[in-house]
Amino acid sequence: MDLNLTAEESQFRDELRAWLAANLPKDWNDWREKPIEVSFPYLRAWQQKLHEGGWAAVSWPKEYGGRSASLMQQAIFWEEMARVDAPPPANTLGLGIIGPTIIAHGTEAQKKRYIPKILSAEEIWCQGFSEPNAGSDLAGLQTEARLDGGNYIVNGQKVWTSFGWVGDWCEVVVRTDPSVAKHKGLTVLLVDMKSPGVDVRPLRQMTGESEFSEIFFRDVRVPAENVLGRVNDGWNVAISTLMHERGAFGARLHVLFKRNIDRLIELSHTTHHDGSPAAKDPLIRQKLAQCYAEIEIMRLNQLRAFSRMAATGVPGPEGSILKIFWSELNQRLQQTAQELLGSYGQLLGADPHSIDHGIWSYGYLRSRGNTIEAGTSEIQRNIIGHFVLGLPRSY
Amino acid sequence: MQFGLSDSQRLLQDSARKFFAAECPMTQVRRLMETDTAYDPALWSKMAEQGFTGIIFPEEYDGAGLGTVELILLMEEAGRALLPGPFFSTVVLAGGVLNAIGTAEQKKKYLAPICRGERRSTVAILESSASWDLASAQISAVNGKLNGEKLFVPDAAVADSIIVVARNDVFAVDADAPGIHIEPMSAMDLTRKLYSVRFENTPAEKLDDPAGLQKALDVATAALAAELVGGMQHTLDITVEYAKTRKQFGKPIGIFQAVQHQCADMYLETESSRSAAYYAAWTLEENAPDAALAVSIAKMYASDASRAVGNRGIQIHGGMGFTWENDLHLYYRRAKASETMFGDAAFHRERIARLAIDSAARTAKSA
Repeated sequence: MDLNLTAEESQFRDELRAWLAANLPKDWNDWREKPIEVSFPYLRAWQQKLHEGGWAAVSWPKEYGGRSASLMQQAIFWEEMARVDAPPPANTLGLGIIGPTIIAHGTEAQKKRYIPKILSAEEIWCQGFSEPNAGSDLAGLQTEARLDGGNYIVNGQKVWTSFGWVGDWCEVVVRTDPSVAKHKGLTVLLVDMKSPGVDVRPLRQMTGESEFSEIFFRDVRVPAENVLGRVNDGWNVAISTLMHERGAFGARLHVLFKRNIDRLIELSHTTHHDGSPAAKDPLIRQKLAQCYAEIEIMRLNQLRAFSRMAATGVPGPEGSILKIFWSELNQRLQQTAQELLGSYGQLLGADPHSIDHGIWSYGYLRSRGNTIEAGTSEIQRNIIGHFVLGLPRSY
Repeated sequence: MQFGLSDSQRLLQDSARKFFAAECPMTQVRRLMETDTAYDPALWSKMAEQGFTGIIFPEEYDGAGLGTVELILLMEEAGRALLPGPFFSTVVLAGGVLNAIGTAEQKKKYLAPICRGERRSTVAILESSASWDLASAQISAVNGKLNGEKLFVPDAAVADSIIVVARNDVFAVDADAPGIHIEPMSAMDLTRKLYSVRFENTPAEKLDDPAGLQKALDVATAALAAELVGGMQHTLDITVEYAKTRKQFGKPIGIFQAVQHQCADMYLETESSRSAAYYAAWTLEENAPDAALAVSIAKMYASDASRAVGNRGIQIHGGMGFTWENDLHLYYRRAKASETMFGDAAFHRERIARLAIDSAARTAKSA
């Protein structure tokens, strides 16, 4: 057990810090509150810059434009990016999830075709997995693809697609063989979103914004060479995508949460409850301390999981608790923020009396999605029950 | 950066687990808990042979010279086995305080025999106020004589010496010194007995500089959190086993999500407590600036989590979980006693608030 950085890790961090000091844009604060449609070109330019510095995809192998960074280095990367409050890269899913899946399962021709433009943010990627009738039970999806000569004809509907509105390409899971068990008849297709028959509609969520889209496919023709991995092996390809969804992203979340609790602590000194600072209110102190402690434990759970993964090459059993831990913690943190801010907590950014441009009212509503997206808390508990504790499968 | 155990740490963990399983099985725990002191001299000698009684102390005092992480691993295994008797009070608590604030002479006199397994000791902290704030101690010595009463003193009846936290100073007292009255307190945990200790003009030897006391108690607090982790792990293990074998409606009850999800929560609470306890140990070993904070985080979380894990374990066991015959309540009792020892979750949340919230106010003012 040694939680000090190794020489190699320090060097990695120092190199990144030096690069950020020279290249981090100073005007992110002027852009961050704007609608994403407006700020997107800005994020694209930022990713371009990251790519030129060799920082766009540190986890990727060197031969594909990454740095072959260790898990700890990835954690350091996200921690540093969050510490300086760097903007996110435009192609979040391409870099984080889909690129690695193409590197793992793609043909050489596919890698040559797609990888460079993912890195440069020339082509933005989205992910077509969930459907109206296939959420937690993803393998029950119904979007079908029928081979017709050299093309698949795709029909169906996807939902909850992040970046759907701006996506150039989509990793779509489709059913290619309805006659076999549900996991076995799936295939992953790389679909050009400009193909005729693709219809993208924004999905408005409870926060009022539209992070997600619905995608309708009507007789969309996809060349057979766009199959990723093997035909009818799509479940394994999809699972490997989902595995990338976890991993080092957590390190980034941790620093965001840390920034939130630090800000709440600041606010507790300036917000008054019954005439004295909330920081003197024993109930508020208890709740802030609880959140503070849990945010630290979130970091420690992640570090233990990364160490286990680095040592064994496979995600350790601790890994399965990370999702439950951060999502439920964020809900408690947001609730604590509401109790601290009282009536002001409800104000939206548009209101001149709002605190921190409405991030606390937004965060409160947005946090309800945390225990649903990327695997509900119920599914996570099923995974722990069955795969970690060895209890019989409940479904 | 590497947050896993080294090979030698794993070896220690493994040998401690095997040792307790062989030398202190539940039949032995149940036998000892029915005795007045829960102390077994034969078991004690065997633990001394293993080097457990001197685990973290310098070799010049016959200790084994290992680190805080090793101590935490040993305590976790002791907690898993529900080790009865004065190991925690003697080695972790009294040994730790003596090592931190005794003179070389005092360490030779009091600490070395502890390391060799020849003597037992304990630390008397609480008084009638039952406050874990060290500044609340009222008892004091006049002309080297102590007067007053300490409560909730663990394992005092088998201690050869008692370390007394007094106002401004810490003293060592021989257990057979004149004017000492030790009476059992009847409490929930049957495996770690509590006593009241009254002093009437009892001669006491002042230990060196009390400045190191808080750090020594922080080590003990982290060790107690680790002991709770061991207890949680055992509760989880037997509960999962029960959920796999107990059948209702023709199926093992662990197939039902209402049961399965509670087991998942027990796992989350246990692992999170473990992360926090291990980290606290590491910060103490490294003298890291966030050590006090890490200790409070570990104790705060483990105090709440061990109660929650016990609650769920008993619930999943159904009627069986409510019987005397089932071992769950023995762990549940220990967990309740340890929950309040060195301050409960609310106490440590307030300490976290002082370290993290009040310091932010100071920074803001000076800026």
